[in-house]
Amino acid sequence: MNAPTDIEPKAWQDQLFDVLKRADIRQVGYVPDAGHSRLIARCKDDPDIRDVVLTTEEEGVAMAAGAWLGGQRAALLMQSSGVGNCVNMLSLVRACRFPMLMLVTMRGEWEEFNPWQVPMGSIVDPVLQLCDTHVAWAKTPGEVAPAVQNAVQIAFGGDRAAAVLLSQKLIGAKVWVK
Amino acid sequence: MFERRAAMATLLADRPKNLFVVPGLGSCTWDAYAAGDDDRNFYLWGAMGGAAMIGLGLALAQPALRVAVVTGDGEMLMGLGSLATIGVQRPDNLAVVVFDNGHYGETGMQESHTRGGVDLCDVARGCGFARVLDVKDHDGLRELAGLLASGEGPLFARVPIVADDPPRVLPEKDGVAIKDRVRRAVEKAGA
Repeated sequence: MNAPTDIEPKAWQDQLFDVLKRADIRQVGYVPDAGHSRLIARCKDDPDIRDVVLTTEEEGVAMAAGAWLGGQRAALLMQSSGVGNCVNMLSLVRACRFPMLMLVTMRGEWEEFNPWQVPMGSIVDPVLQLCDTHVAWAKTPGEVAPAVQNAVQIAFGGDRAAAVLLSQKLIGAKVWVK
Repeated sequence: MFERRAAMATLLADRPKNLFVVPGLGSCTWDAYAAGDDDRNFYLWGAMGGAAMIGLGLALAQPALRVAVVTGDGEMLMGLGSLATIGVQRPDNLAVVVFDNGHYGETGMQESHTRGGVDLCDVARGCGFARVLDVKDHDGLRELAGLLASGEGPLFARVPIVADDPPRVLPEKDGVAIKDRVRRAVEKAGA
């Protein structure tokens, strides 16, 4: 199946993958999102990364905890709507001080066509902070790799949750009518 | 129908050195502790719906270890999608065992969906588990104990248990201590 034209690979997506590789991320859980499609494809092609498609995002929080018990680092890729699904499971991260790296592609934040994305998209940042998660935004291509590298250090160096929110400014508006 | 404490004790009686257990929050955590405290138990006091996925992450990270998630029907129902996720990954070292009493035991014994006709074995079959056991008797339970040690997974088993609430015996509650202890045990077992 051909990828939609609005999600052609961008340089920052490959830079993001390189950061995950350097950080020795070995399990990547995801609920698919167009903004993550390049990263998901790179992970699937890498024999040293186990890509795990999830039915809902909180599965990925629990899986990352299990991976860490087993001595491996994991990352969770999701769209902003998935953050809401993770809230209770992030209690596991806080109670046990698990490292938890989350990469969130934003919706409902900038030039959003679908107003139903706005209620969750508009509260992702404060919700994550209430869950004791370190939050950083990447709004330009040059900000992505440093933000993710910093999140890696905060999560795995500090045994806590860290998220990078990838703005719609960066990803580009979803093309609805072709 | 089995008494839950006796069923857990049977499952873990001849536990091999490489078998790690993730008991679901509440009664299954008390059952696992009652069967004998062990560095290889990741006792859950919360994270409802997450037990099977914690097991998956550990099983994928350590293919030479065996991982048994032992959880209640209510906890499994909250994470039903994780059976689909595990079915796609098909780790051969993971077992998911559900102690099914048809009730939410920690909250006043309200009836669960399994009491209302939902068959978790059918769900697991539909999700592609390599082997599904609906344990009927003590021979079946002993067979399951053996499969936890060496069977080709992913394995799913339903163990019907009596809907009762035995006296609580509580393990370590500090999540950091529980996590660090299991990680050290993995390092030791995986070496």
